Amino acid sequence: MDTNQTNNISKDPVYVDSNIPLLQLNDLCKRYPGMGTYMSVFHMNLIIPRGRIIGLLGPNGCGKTTLIKMINGLLAPTSGSVLINGMAPCPATKKVISYLPERTYLDNGMKVSQMVEYFADFYEDFSTEKAYGMLGALGISSDARLKTLSKGTKEKVQLILVMSRQADLYILDEPIAGVDPAARDYILRTIITNYNPGSTIILSTHLISDIENVLDDVIFMKNGSLMLYTSVDSIRSQMGKSVDTYFREVYAC
Amino acid sequence: MAWQMNSDRPIYSQLYDKILIRIVCGIYKAGNRLPSVRELAAEASVNPNTMQRAFAELEHSGLIMTQRNSGRVVTEDLNKIEEAKHRLALAQVNSFFANMRELGYNDQEILELVKSILQ
Repeated sequence: MDTNQTNNISKDPVYVDSNIPLLQLNDLCKRYPGMGTYMSVFHMNLIIPRGRIIGLLGPNGCGKTTLIKMINGLLAPTSGSVLINGMAPCPATKKVISYLPERTYLDNGMKVSQMVEYFADFYEDFSTEKAYGMLGALGISSDARLKTLSKGTKEKVQLILVMSRQADLYILDEPIAGVDPAARDYILRTIITNYNPGSTIILSTHLISDIENVLDDVIFMKNGSLMLYTSVDSIRSQMGKSVDTYFREVYAC
Repeated sequence: MAWQMNSDRPIYSQLYDKILIRIVCGIYKAGNRLPSVRELAAEASVNPNTMQRAFAELEHSGLIMTQRNSGRVVTEDLNKIEEAKHRLALAQVNSFFANMRELGYNDQEILELVKSILQ
């Protein structure tokens, strides 16, 4: 009886005021120890609304992953703050963020089906049905042990697990880098068709031309600072060029 | 297969053109229902919000309409579709002339060349 009650309580939807931005960065800074005065993230201010697909773009080492780790509460800001639905990173915010890290953290000894069970057990918003649907479409056997899978297939499994949650915010750090072009198309289509208008997806990538048509907005970072936050169509209509071309010009070496 | 897009124009306006062509050549017939934003976004591999915007522009031009029960339908006004077709044709002819002039042909020469090909 008592256990049932606790379960019921934890399944109650968390009331979220839709006037509160999904994600807000206030003067966010991060300096790593041993890096002198260099700020990996430098005074970033940003408000991210619901219902957008956003590309987080910038050259290597510009602070994308550091920023993502702070949003997920894996790194503490040096100064400033991150607010998700108005809250600093905590267990309640992890509940609404589905995060794909740049490296997979799956247990190599486990089977794909065990990983699915594990996620279903861990996250209330996880859909086992969705996960098996995507695994089937990409021809990934659920009996396979993760260590027997190729690097790209492992990445697909990880991405499927992350996308099978019904989260408010998806943060995908380099989701398609190691994946072949056909699977990339499938994954992008999956993102488009599964995405619910109330949630936002932030994805970092270097493969801009592959994902450009899928994005609403782009964030350009340079040396830890926010350089540009605008919509894909406004870059195209104002500059008369694609985001990919524009990126190559802005960050020309 | 994702729709091919040019790099230099906003995506929504390219989607607008592609849907317009489908209406003009009768793939989406007058008075018939259009696929949903989500279906078409998936087919084109574009963001649903961008497809939504293309639909909004088509609606603004009066070529499609939102009906309460049956979603979006193509206008039944055949004149409107004919006008849109005419505009597309003019654009093609204009760009043909522009390209030919760039090659150094004058209008008379272009006309003669076209006639000779048609004979």
